[in-house]
Amino acid sequence: MPIGHYLFLSLALFLIGAIGVITRRNVIIVLMSIELILNAVNINLVAFSRYFGDVAGQVFALFIIADAAAEAAVGLGIIIAFFRNRETVLADEMDLLKW
Amino acid sequence: MLDSVIFYFFAGIAVVSAVLMITRRNAIHSAIFLITTLLATAGIFLQLRAEFLFISQIILYVGGIMVLFIFAIMLVRLDVPLPQIRSRTQKWIALLVALAVGLEAGVVIWLARKVPGQGLLIPNAAPADKLAPNTEELAKTLFGTYLLPFEIASVLLLVAMVGAVVMAKKRTDA
Amino acid sequence: MSPMLHSILAFVQTWWVELLCAVLIVLVVPLIAVYIVLVERKAMADMRARLGPMRVGPHGLLQPIADALKLLFKEDLIPDNADQFIFWLAPVLSMTAALTSMGAVAIGPWFQVARDINIGLLFVVGVGALGPFGIVLGGWASNNHYSIIGALRSTAQLISYETTAGFALVSGFLLAGTLNVRAIVETQRTDQAWYVFLAPVGFFTYLIAWIAETNRAPFDLPEAESELVAGYMTEYSGFRWSLYFLAEYANMIVVASVGTTLFLGGWLRPFPNVRWLAGLDAAPTLLLAAVGAYCVFRAGKQPARAQSMFMWAVAFGCFVVAAIFTLALPFSHLPLERMHDGLYGAFWFLLKVSAYIYIFMWLRFTLPRFRFDQLMRLGWHILIPLALVNVVDVGIALALSSEFGINRWVAMVITTAATLGAAMLLLHWNDKYAAAASAALLTDSSIAEDTHAG
Repeated sequence: MPIGHYLFLSLALFLIGAIGVITRRNVIIVLMSIELILNAVNINLVAFSRYFGDVAGQVFALFIIADAAAEAAVGLGIIIAFFRNRETVLADEMDLLKW
Repeated sequence: MLDSVIFYFFAGIAVVSAVLMITRRNAIHSAIFLITTLLATAGIFLQLRAEFLFISQIILYVGGIMVLFIFAIMLVRLDVPLPQIRSRTQKWIALLVALAVGLEAGVVIWLARKVPGQGLLIPNAAPADKLAPNTEELAKTLFGTYLLPFEIASVLLLVAMVGAVVMAKKRTDA
Repeated sequence: MSPMLHSILAFVQTWWVELLCAVLIVLVVPLIAVYIVLVERKAMADMRARLGPMRVGPHGLLQPIADALKLLFKEDLIPDNADQFIFWLAPVLSMTAALTSMGAVAIGPWFQVARDINIGLLFVVGVGALGPFGIVLGGWASNNHYSIIGALRSTAQLISYETTAGFALVSGFLLAGTLNVRAIVETQRTDQAWYVFLAPVGFFTYLIAWIAETNRAPFDLPEAESELVAGYMTEYSGFRWSLYFLAEYANMIVVASVGTTLFLGGWLRPFPNVRWLAGLDAAPTLLLAAVGAYCVFRAGKQPARAQSMFMWAVAFGCFVVAAIFTLALPFSHLPLERMHDGLYGAFWFLLKVSAYIYIFMWLRFTLPRFRFDQLMRLGWHILIPLALVNVVDVGIALALSSEFGINRWVAMVITTAATLGAAMLLLHWNDKYAAAASAALLTDSSIAEDTHAG
């Protein structure tokens, strides 16, 4: 199987995640789209790891998964803290820094 | 032959549920479609003979991160569908930009397949039965060459855990 | 289409045994799960000096079939404001997770679906970790206060005990040096010790953590009938409820299988390498013959003709299986000889799994339920530190035995003593905390009024 197939899949998922980040107002769905982007990168890394025979790609992907966990935890903590203050999760209404 | 069938099966599920994920109004439905996308990605890892990563994806991503998401959605009462103002321009701009980037990258990948040695180096995969046992290889590399990043990742997780707990705690005013 | 057909045929030709095992798992495990429910009801009744189900079939043996038929014919209710898609999805998810995780479990050296998979037991544990999704989504989709409280409690309990469960498994993996199921049992044969003897604290934490993970008593607050109606299962009736129920018992079977493989020697008979105890090889035959003889003995004393016919049938079945076991002995030169390892291995494995499940049930009948805060405290303050100390100690013992040449057993005894010392310290601190908490409770009258709640 040529590696191009995996790269196309990774590209498609990355772009879908990017569209999700740009278009959605609900910040939790924005966070989920970011997770999708990270997954697309993982597929890319693991595909290259298999085709070059180097396991370092899989190690990198493992680190990305750990990092995504940390980021999701902190991001959700921020969202919950903000929700307690302003009762909203829509990105349009998070405008406390506006002057 | 079977490899291709498995790949297309999981790839189709991944793309379809990703599209469904970004278009649902109900956050829990989005979370469930993200779960199916992650499971399909895990299937692709398994098809690429990355067995440890397959199970790590299921345990950590699906069993950990998605549980966190669903808990947050339920605690914050986000399960009610919110009214969506249709901002048409934003959606069309996003689609256009995504199409442009996609076309550009796609053309690069497509052209590279015909000229091995010129441009992108695209090698062939090693036959599957000659691979070393995946977990052992991963462990040797992780604890050998990449020991320092491993330790730093554990400190990162500790910091994230403390930070998330501090931020999400209810403030009991002293 | 022809190359596709060729590859499919080649696939089936290479993997037909595994596909057959997979089909058997999907067909047979739910049946076994319902009969485990019957055994539990009978054992529970016996411990309380009563008889349990007796009416349906001889000695109540057709009770599970009757229950299954009743559940299938019940009206399929979906609450009005429930989320239809997720309401349907949740029990399916639970059951799928439970059955898929059975795929990598090896019942005897011949019966395994995911044969020689590199990540073996981690696959079982990881896919089993998808079970809680079914619970939390089911509770949320029911659109009912009791359901969602039960679901959130259950999920909080499950994620709290997941760390301990993982650490308990890690201590076993350290001893085995591999994740492959077959290799784990083989190393227990070459090390001439079941890992329960080398890492008893590991087995102990495994036992407790997985009782909590499967929502069994004394950790069954999420499904506490007296407190939350039925917790997350409140709005489920008929076939959907039976899926949840079966998923819980299938999870029990999976947990028992993993514990048997990792700690209790899998399909090895007791003392597998000791030559003069080879007579234990005859144990399956003798056991089955004894059960058959007992059935013959009791057959004449049955009050009804149907019951005595049934006893004769059971006795006949036992003798047939005992004959198969005898014929499969290695020196019989019969075609069944090849199946010796498979049959005897499966027998010992199933015996150990049954003993483990009996311990599950025994604890359910004997111990009262934990209150939720006590449960959380046990998980986070006592079990996680204990499991962590256990992993460190097993590691130290292995390092001592491989680097310094100390005998493995001596090293294990020393470090197990250290772990038990740590456990004593943790319990002492917990007692001091509990004493302080109850003292505060007694002095604060507004809280003391509330002792009946939760």
